[in-house]
Amino acid sequence: MSDEIRRILAEHARLPVPVDTLSDDADLYQAGMTSHASVTVMLALEDAFDVEFPDHMLTRGVFESIDSISAALREIQAAVA
Amino acid sequence: MPLRVGIDLVRVEDVARAVRESGDRYLRRIYTEQEVADCRTGDGAGVDEERLAARFAAKEAAIKVLRPDDQPVPWRDIEIRRMPGGWTALELDGRAAALARDAGLEELAVSLTHEQGFASAVVIAEVPTRCR
Repeated sequence: MSDEIRRILAEHARLPVPVDTLSDDADLYQAGMTSHASVTVMLALEDAFDVEFPDHMLTRGVFESIDSISAALREIQAAVA
Repeated sequence: MPLRVGIDLVRVEDVARAVRESGDRYLRRIYTEQEVADCRTGDGAGVDEERLAARFAAKEAAIKVLRPDDQPVPWRDIEIRRMPGGWTALELDGRAAALARDAGLEELAVSLTHEQGFASAVVIAEVPTRCR
């Protein structure tokens, strides 16, 4: 899951640094991800994992790091299972 | 009276790319039906990406005024309306409206701009003294 998230961030997050230089708990906003880039990341994650982020997960914190994204995706997948 | 202010800047190409790659999925998640209608091009077949970008900037600027901490605020809870006189107004619904009520914010004023590939918006609200 982490590798796929990193691939999506590399393509959609518009980060000024290579994604592979970021740790899983690195703050993506501090690394340069803009608010609109978080939208395109969200849509790409939904496509890749065939999920939809519910309204209660549309928070800055969910998209703050690779770890937080992973946790959110696992929560969504568990709710659907 | 104390004020809260929010501002945001958006690259129009980022919005254009989102429209190209995600189309209606992107539009439906971020914008209300009226906002999309206000951004339709003359023939109605496409959307004006500068106007969309300005509206996204306005939503983010409004969120900064609302100060949700880490509470969710769906983008569609914040609507930018074009008034007959040409200016824009901001309407809140759902969680955004609740945050405004809790903070005692009675009205949020908004202004948009776009030029040379960028769009920006600023939102201002007066804070009642008792709610500082």
